[in-house]
Amino acid sequence: MGAYILRRLLWTPVLLLTVAFITFALGFYGPGDPVEVLMKQYQDPAVVARVRAQRGLDRPFLVQYGIYIKNAVTGDLGESFKYRGQSVSGLIGRRVAVSAQLGLAALLLSVILGIPVGLLAALRQGRWQDTGIISATLLFYALPVFITAPFLLMLFVLWLGILPSHGWGGFFDTRIIMPALVLGIPGVAFIARMSRNSIVEVLAQDYVRTARAKGLTEMMVYWRHVLRNAMIPIFTVLGMGLATLVTGAIIVETYFGIPGIGRLAIDAFFSRDYPVIMAFTLLIAVAYVVANLIVDIGYRFLDPRIRYD
Amino acid sequence: MVSFRKKKTAAPKGRSLWVYAARRFARSKKGMVCLAIIVLLYGAGIFAPLAAPQHYDQQNLGITLRPPSADHPFGTDRLGRDMFSRIIYGIRTTVIVTTAAMVTGGLLLGLALGLISGYFGRWADNLIMRVGEVFLAFPDILLVILIAATLKPRVTEWVLNMEATTGISGVARSGFVDYLVVFGALAVVSWVGMARVVRGQVLSLKQSQYIMAARALGASNGRIIVHHIFPNLLPPIIVLVSVGMGSIAGAEVMLSWLGLGVQPPVPSLGAMIFDNGDISILRTTPYLLLFPVATVAIIIFAFNLLGDALNDALNPRAR
Repeated sequence: MGAYILRRLLWTPVLLLTVAFITFALGFYGPGDPVEVLMKQYQDPAVVARVRAQRGLDRPFLVQYGIYIKNAVTGDLGESFKYRGQSVSGLIGRRVAVSAQLGLAALLLSVILGIPVGLLAALRQGRWQDTGIISATLLFYALPVFITAPFLLMLFVLWLGILPSHGWGGFFDTRIIMPALVLGIPGVAFIARMSRNSIVEVLAQDYVRTARAKGLTEMMVYWRHVLRNAMIPIFTVLGMGLATLVTGAIIVETYFGIPGIGRLAIDAFFSRDYPVIMAFTLLIAVAYVVANLIVDIGYRFLDPRIRYD
Repeated sequence: MVSFRKKKTAAPKGRSLWVYAARRFARSKKGMVCLAIIVLLYGAGIFAPLAAPQHYDQQNLGITLRPPSADHPFGTDRLGRDMFSRIIYGIRTTVIVTTAAMVTGGLLLGLALGLISGYFGRWADNLIMRVGEVFLAFPDILLVILIAATLKPRVTEWVLNMEATTGISGVARSGFVDYLVVFGALAVVSWVGMARVVRGQVLSLKQSQYIMAARALGASNGRIIVHHIFPNLLPPIIVLVSVGMGSIAGAEVMLSWLGLGVQPPVPSLGAMIFDNGDISILRTTPYLLLFPVATVAIIIFAFNLLGDALNDALNPRAR
């Protein structure tokens, strides 16, 4: 186990540097000269050359990459093209907290709704409730949020009129419900499916039969033996859940007017604000890799039967 | 394959796994309905100029924002364009992109790299799998978005240069660059999942006795791969292609929703959803949003359920 963790810990920085390299290379070679983008109409060659030298853009590619990494590690991700004079890390920093709260709300919702739904399907294994739930999870897991958002908007805002459609007021504000629901639905579906399969598998174990044989009530059997063991695999998908949350957030935050990093990212995509695009990608990829590392290692502690070799 | 085995299980002569799988699939209502939906929608997309009553860009300012009627089953938009026709042309974009990305990225690249990785192992396996991990480190379709966002100017430039040197003109203006960037970005990313599954299958197949027997009889690597490994890879590949088409379709719609896909006036479902995504439109003319949204939902759902039905038919013991 020690060797496994060590290997993962050594591989992670390599992985992150490669991710950063791809991101940097795409931002470097893709859109063309950043100075020309920055200086659109001022095409005085002397000025352009001076700005280029000032920003170190006349250096070789690998040197620039090194400088970018060095700066990124200290939290300096360059300057936005669109918002002149504003640092990318400043722009992102202000919005991360908002997105994190929204993501947490969606995640909580997925777990709170997903596990009971999965349990219901497992209890009615093979019957219509089970087939219905499985089909529904297939549908909802695959649907991108820009499909579910309009339907939910129509339902809750236009017809029922019980939820506000727009805006942001923090974690404990009713305005978080709609976006969290939209964002959490794929998670609900995924967790429901995972827990259904996991519970069905655990129900067939010998220790469940033993628990029943020794006269435990059904409640106790489920609470103590089935659910506890069945929930372990759910933990592993939480890392992957982060991926759907992030791409979902880009859309959901735009739809519902939430000032998070997803909203910032889509603005950057539309205005070709490359430093922000790169920083967003890098930040998300780092968060994702680290989250999966934590999950993989944490899993080992939750379930000592797992061997990584 | 081995004749005495068939006698032992008393299976009637000439019925392969495929015949049984096809029968099981034909009995599955879910699978047949989904297949019919996909054939219908993809057929409409491929033959869009025939299937659509109007050209996607034909405006009629006398009949703007009309609700669905016999003449315009999905209504008309702000410029009086027939939404039904626009959606069919939007499906065409999805058809082109999903097919191109799946064939090049998933099938060619994914299959080849998975085979190399699983069959030859060693450093090739290590290299391919590590590269795959790097791709997987970008959550979901973030890398696709990044590639599409950054590389377009370069590809446009490149196509324009080609036009200048070869004397062919109009390629850049035809929207070809958009298709190239979108499907290229999707293809670059979609090989990883396929390669991993293929690799896993090959690794377990390599341990099987009939492959050892083939090797003992002196069969070459090429013969083993083509005759013994490839046919056994097909069931998981078929399932993966179906599910993968659904997710590529979703990714394509997301890209055009972000404005990074095929550019107007060429219609795409994502752009239609974005243009009509406002709550005020939902209040006044909801059909403008609901028909494109429902189309995308049906495409994605049909591919996923089809994958599920194919899986049941091809791996009957999995459940």
